[in-house]
Amino acid sequence: MKRVRWIQAALLLLLAGPVVAERTLVVGSKNFTESYLLGEMIAQRLEGEGWRVERRFGLGGTLICYEALVSGEIDLYVEYSGTITEVILSNDAAQDDLAAPLAERGLEPLPELGFDNTYALVLEGRRAEALAISRISDLREHPGLRIAFSHEFLRRQDGWPGLRSRYGLPHDPVGIEHGLAYQAMVRGRIDVTDAYSTDGDLERYGFTVLEDDRGFFPRYAALPLVRKDLPDAAKATIATLAGRIDADRMRRLNAEIVVGNRSFAAVAADFLAEEGFPASPVAAVTWRSELAAHTLRHLQLTAVALSLAVLIGLPLGVLVHRSLRASRSVLYAAGLLQTIPSIALLALMIPLFGIGVLPAIVALFLYSLLPILRATVTALTSVDPTLRRIAVGMGLTSWQQVRHLLLPLALPNVLAGIRTAAVISIGTATLAAFVGAGGLGQPIVTGLALNDPNLILQGAVPAALLAIVTELAFEGIERRLIPAHLRHGSV
Amino acid sequence: MSPPAVRFAGVSKRYGTAEVLADIDLALTAARTTAIVGESGSGKSTLLKLINGLVQADTGVVEVLGTAIETADLIDLRRRIGYAVQGSALFPHLDLRANVTLLARLVGWPEARIRERFEHLLELMELDPELAGRYPYELSGGQQQRASLCRAMMLEPPLLLLDEPFSAVDPITRAGIHAHFQRLAEAEPVTVVLVTHDLREAMTLASELVILRNGRIIQAGACDAVVAAPADAWIERLFQSQLG
Repeated sequence: MKRVRWIQAALLLLLAGPVVAERTLVVGSKNFTESYLLGEMIAQRLEGEGWRVERRFGLGGTLICYEALVSGEIDLYVEYSGTITEVILSNDAAQDDLAAPLAERGLEPLPELGFDNTYALVLEGRRAEALAISRISDLREHPGLRIAFSHEFLRRQDGWPGLRSRYGLPHDPVGIEHGLAYQAMVRGRIDVTDAYSTDGDLERYGFTVLEDDRGFFPRYAALPLVRKDLPDAAKATIATLAGRIDADRMRRLNAEIVVGNRSFAAVAADFLAEEGFPASPVAAVTWRSELAAHTLRHLQLTAVALSLAVLIGLPLGVLVHRSLRASRSVLYAAGLLQTIPSIALLALMIPLFGIGVLPAIVALFLYSLLPILRATVTALTSVDPTLRRIAVGMGLTSWQQVRHLLLPLALPNVLAGIRTAAVISIGTATLAAFVGAGGLGQPIVTGLALNDPNLILQGAVPAALLAIVTELAFEGIERRLIPAHLRHGSV
Repeated sequence: MSPPAVRFAGVSKRYGTAEVLADIDLALTAARTTAIVGESGSGKSTLLKLINGLVQADTGVVEVLGTAIETADLIDLRRRIGYAVQGSALFPHLDLRANVTLLARLVGWPEARIRERFEHLLELMELDPELAGRYPYELSGGQQQRASLCRAMMLEPPLLLLDEPFSAVDPITRAGIHAHFQRLAEAEPVTVVLVTHDLREAMTLASELVILRNGRIIQAGACDAVVAAPADAWIERLFQSQLG
């Protein structure tokens, strides 16, 4: 009985989380710096006008964000016009007419924020000044410049091959790993490379972005992509940000985060203040309350998934253990699930369950099933047959045999299996942030996006501690439930 | 004379193509101890399992405590039949008291009755009440055997089945348990069916003897009568080799 009540409590806790009285707007973001920052700006802007906002930042990539938007898991996120035509609409629409095809999908593009995050060519600042180069077409006058491009840019049709013919450039560029190109520029080994136009690092190194004066690069104009059913007032509020951020400004804002190590919330708040918007009334979250919230969510995810796995795995194990064939097929099926990489399993859940807590719980549940099932079947089949015969001969019913003989004797192994499943779940649940389920994976995902080891540790260390605490808790449970002579390590 | 506690009529049993029992006609007298002896593979354990329904007969009728086993509620019937097997087969996760009283609790005996019966059985089997809280692994082989008999007798069954229960203990301990078993059989009006390969044990504990060979009964009757007049040369050799 006690166990049942505990599970009910866990479920309630989980369900009660997102339920609020009036409509909460859910703002999403992709998992890189600019997307987080723009998401945070919009969230604070909405809060400044009195909306209640939930942040679902760091969602895997375009497809996850889009899927989340269509399914209503989020209400909006910032997308790029080029991505909308190429990835979402698969090239069957022109950039100047996004509204109609998006409307068919229940979505609406809001006015552009003012900058383009597209490919750009960059030069070291002083060198550009000395050579008086400010446009790509200026490069023609300097055939001796050493150009190195990332391998992808060298091959893409919308990269070097197209660029060369559009501008008639005479250079013979070499390939370079993008991560090394900026350093090579700073040390004067190369003169020109490719970049994303709003990359905060351009600010850090003082690079000059050359104007695409012949309009070669496709536009990747940032714009809020929202659900059509968003209240008009909210749309209007978001639209007040239109045209406020040009590429230079976006680059500087990005740099404040990647170079200046400031938080998204602080940079967003400063920006809105500069623009004369009211401040968000939501109190700045401390890292402590954030950590507590992440940890709690992490526990919810693993506890619910684990409870389900026990509730289903244990009876299933009891049910099939008598038949060799049945137990084999069930174990094979559970084993097959285990071989799917966890990130792939999470991704596979999205079409079925959308994003958020549900797909994460289902994936964690499927992951926990095998250790529990295997432990149960193995433990039950290894119960001494003489004891089974006596139990039947004494007149115990099937359930009484399970309850008073089989389960108690299987308990040490079953608990060990649950313990394994719990620790695996705690580790795997860090990936749940990719599908918007939150938890301790949230700081890890953000930290990865920002290349910020501190942030990564804020997720990784508590997750590791959680795993250790879980181990200790299970040791305690074993000590309480199992007589000493039947515990592991004794015969 | 009271009706037989167990009756076999025309019973046979095969496992696949192997014939285990054939043409078994037998009535076991109530309140007596009957020993079923034979070599291993003679079918004696199967005969016992037919009585509590662990094995079903292919042909014929098995009647236990007045009911044909085919139509009996097996759970209910088994609770009226004590059962003890080789080794003690006590549940390792339960202490002695919990092992012995498990079934009484499950069928809902009142606490006082359980305690009274438990203490009575301990006394009968000369088990120190201090042992009640010990797990099986903390008991000697002889204590485990006696606890196992207590468990079988807990619900005061009219019928007790023993499947070579004493064969796993050393000869000295076995002699002690024999004495305890006899105390029990005298104190309680129970019909006992004892399967053993040890003829000496059979003669010590039982008043009736059934001799099985290759799945058939080759002689049955009161112990003294069988010893006095072996039905064939094989039985005579059996007596000579085991009883000297």
